Amino acid sequence: MAIGIKKVARPRRMSMGETLYLLEIVKGLGVTMGHLLRNIVRQENIPTIEYPEVRRVMPPRFRGLHRLMKRPDGSPRCVACFCCSTACPAVCITIVAGESPDPKVEKYPVRFDIDMLRCIFCGLCVEACPCDAIRMDTGWFTPPENTREKLIYTIDMLLEK
Amino acid sequence: MPNFTINGISVDVPQGTTILEAAKTAGIEIPHYCYHPKLSVAGNCRMCLVEVEKFPKLQIACNTIVTDGMAVKTDSEKVKQAVTGVLEFLLIHHPIDCPICDQAGECGLQIYYMKYGLHKSRYAVEDKVHKKKVQDIGGQIILDAERCILCSRCIRFLQEVTGTGELEFFQRGDHSEISIFPGRPLDNRYTGNLADICPVGALTSKDFRFKCRVWLLRGARSICPGCANGCNVEAHFKEEILYRLKPRQNDEVNKTWMCDPGRLEYKKANEARLLTPVNRENGIPKAAPWEAALSSVAFRLWEMVEKHGPGSVAVIASPQFSNEELFLARKLADEVLRTPHLGFSLRTVGDGFADDFLIKADKNPNTRGAKLLGISEEKFDDIVQNVADGKIRALLVFGNGIADLSDAETGRLLANVPFVVQIATNEGAVSRAAHAILPSASFVERGGTFTNHAGRVQRFWMGFPPRGKARSAIEIITGLANRLGAGWKSGGEAQVFRAIAQSEAPFAGMSYESLGELGQTAGGKG
Ligand code: SF4
Ligand code: SF4
Ligand code: FES
Repeated sequence: MAIGIKKVARPRRMSMGETLYLLEIVKGLGVTMGHLLRNIVRQENIPTIEYPEVRRVMPPRFRGLHRLMKRPDGSPRCVACFCCSTACPAVCITIVAGESPDPKVEKYPVRFDIDMLRCIFCGLCVEACPCDAIRMDTGWFTPPENTREKLIYTIDMLLEK
Repeated sequence: MPNFTINGISVDVPQGTTILEAAKTAGIEIPHYCYHPKLSVAGNCRMCLVEVEKFPKLQIACNTIVTDGMAVKTDSEKVKQAVTGVLEFLLIHHPIDCPICDQAGECGLQIYYMKYGLHKSRYAVEDKVHKKKVQDIGGQIILDAERCILCSRCIRFLQEVTGTGELEFFQRGDHSEISIFPGRPLDNRYTGNLADICPVGALTSKDFRFKCRVWLLRGARSICPGCANGCNVEAHFKEEILYRLKPRQNDEVNKTWMCDPGRLEYKKANEARLLTPVNRENGIPKAAPWEAALSSVAFRLWEMVEKHGPGSVAVIASPQFSNEELFLARKLADEVLRTPHLGFSLRTVGDGFADDFLIKADKNPNTRGAKLLGISEEKFDDIVQNVADGKIRALLVFGNGIADLSDAETGRLLANVPFVVQIATNEGAVSRAAHAILPSASFVERGGTFTNHAGRVQRFWMGFPPRGKARSAIEIITGLANRLGAGWKSGGEAQVFRAIAQSEAPFAGMSYESLGELGQTAGGKG
């Protein structure tokens, strides 16, 4: 395919009325006032929400912050197989595996960190997991924090979500 | 030479070759579990079934000798069905715990299932026979009897190679399982090989357990630095951390085996590393940039030679270093410092155990190389005497230990020398006493050659660049020599080896190309 050239129209000259500004400002204020009045009269329809106290309801398939699932006894369901960290295109999952105190479990994650700053919320980790141990159904997106460290979620944080 | 056809390809093979081996020459893979080229044939896994013309039944390729005019088929519908069937049988009681199995990623069952299986199991999960998992059976091995496919490779290894026979089958039918005799754990120095030859995850390494997933590892061809045997290995690493050593086949040296202590040699590339050049000023060690460190060392050496003569400087080389590095160290001593005091000290480990198989008493990979390059061990005692007498004013030490001296003895000995320089990879008694430390690359962070006990010169390759600020010893020695006015051309190990081949008789005619992957034997006596 040849690279074509697209002509972009120059902004047309402003008309006399526009160059005076005054008229335009009044028009603009009109729009603002319109919204103000509408919001006062029909408060239930205000599009702005009081985040973070009020949260938008996310669609069911929304991929939000991860959580780690637990077994009935409260221990992590994760067996540290590294499938999620292998699948992760952003390389943001760090796992350190260890010998579980429960011989039936054998392998468990000593460390399981997700760097939420790096995560691109693609959901590949969830799909890669053979044990359904990681889900992204918390409905939360990355909250604002004042340090980077706070956005590296550790295993305890992920189990609590 | 019998001529036979396999899948329509006609090949000549030596008399007595099995179909399985012969197929390899034709580039055809026949799946197999129990067959191992270095063990006797057991023929019990039945994965290698092939169709041989005029034979009513399928034959096992691992134990059928090729005869003239034989026609073999490995891709017929009959064979495919049989192989899938065998695999289904082998997997009947398999626990399918790949997520927690260290073999996953290099497992024979996974590989063949994707290639020849892809069947749905007709066996109910509840009916699976359970066996003992996570058994520490001694040595470097963990046994999971449930994953075993009863191929008997491990049994044959312990009978035919080590001759110790610790493992055996117990029970019958689908309760058959592999196990040690009660209270008699694995007791030999080659247990690590069991994890390599077990085609599934039944026997796995205790040391590597849960450390890393194998598909994340990269490999570099290397030589085990553990002893003078120089077993060919593959060093597996992720980023800058080594995880394990695995034997690499070299029928002249180690076949497909290596020893247990050798397998742990990778640790020294990870732990207690010297990573920045250090200059000690008024007794306090300070990190220094390379330029400054090299210049100040060169200056101190020059000063000593000027003030007290070349005899006041000594070099203690180490057969832990490559031929290339030892060659340059010798040139530095002979041509630049002009000192008569050049010797090497041997690393000693424990009781210096040796056997008649692989393990050698000399725990250095390159002692023979040092000798062939004309560096003598006898001189070392002489140097130590001179140091003790206070005649040595500057000492250049390679490596992190001096012979079998204890830490305290090393400290006391080195206290006699006003200026000690160390070129080494790991911390130790010498680095605590040294006035300047020049950190050198570990065995996977540089390339080079070692000469093993039998004079076989073998290459090892760089896996990743030196960690931290470490540099290859070739660079360090060249840097020092040039600051002392030698005017050497800087170059990599290949160039240095070319120089060795030109000037050193035992290495004459050798080059990295002629050494290849498996090495070549040096002429002359050392
Ligand atoms: S433990 Fe491994 S090598 Fe031994 S019989 Fe079982 S599958 Fe074969
Ligand atoms: S025998 Fe020596 S060279 Fe071979 S693996 Fe053991 S320590 Fe390494
Ligand atoms: S490889 Fe031939 S029967 Fe196992």
